[in-house]
Amino acid sequence: MKVKASLSALKQTKWYEYATRFFIGGAITVFAGVIAKKFGPTVGGLFLAFPAIFPASATLIEKHEKQKKERAGMHAGHRGQDAAALDAVGAAMGSIGLIAFAILVWFSLTRFPTFAVLAASAMAWLVVSVCIWIASERT
Amino acid sequence: MREIFLRMVIGGSLVSAFAALGDIFKPKTFAGLFGAAPSVALATLALTVDTQGKLYAAIEARSMIGGALAFFVYSSCVCWLLFRYKWPALLVTLLLIPVWIVTSFGIWLAFRGETP
Repeated sequence: MKVKASLSALKQTKWYEYATRFFIGGAITVFAGVIAKKFGPTVGGLFLAFPAIFPASATLIEKHEKQKKERAGMHAGHRGQDAAALDAVGAAMGSIGLIAFAILVWFSLTRFPTFAVLAASAMAWLVVSVCIWIASERT
Repeated sequence: MREIFLRMVIGGSLVSAFAALGDIFKPKTFAGLFGAAPSVALATLALTVDTQGKLYAAIEARSMIGGALAFFVYSSCVCWLLFRYKWPALLVTLLLIPVWIVTSFGIWLAFRGETP
């Protein structure tokens, strides 16, 4: 299956849905910092991979899929849940990329400049995640 | 206070940016990759290096491996429950947060004796 990008999809999301994502994302970043200060970096580090935005994103996908079907005059049925489940499949693949990100930061942060390490690790997350996605499409 | 404000703004912006990328792409399995983007990690690690130093941030990154493994278990469970029972996405994703907590802390307990 080919990957397509459509900027018009951004119009589907309402301003308060963007605000919710911003607030949840900011709150979990603050929370991760507070946990690290209180319990140390080994516990705080766990929360760097907390599924912060995932519940909000999956709910939005479910809602948008239902609205799309209803606008087309079709019965939505369980299409919303199926769309959210497919999103979760992608998130599972992305989480393997997240492991690659964490390993790379762990090994190289004390040896190289911070910006370069974070940029290279983010790229590693993307490459690993996309490679797993491509492999899953071929099987 | 300044640090909390910075964390809020940088974390919120990065999470929003990756979530918007997820909105743009199709198919849904590809868009889902961005649900596990290192947005919180990028914001936190950059600020942590600034305030606590590189070694502290590297220890956080090592622990993050456990959190990411727990994310894999969590998202796999979400996927299975949504396909199998067709419950509302919000209910399933929130109901399974304890799966992430138990898995990540289980991994942390198993490896807490290891040196960085």
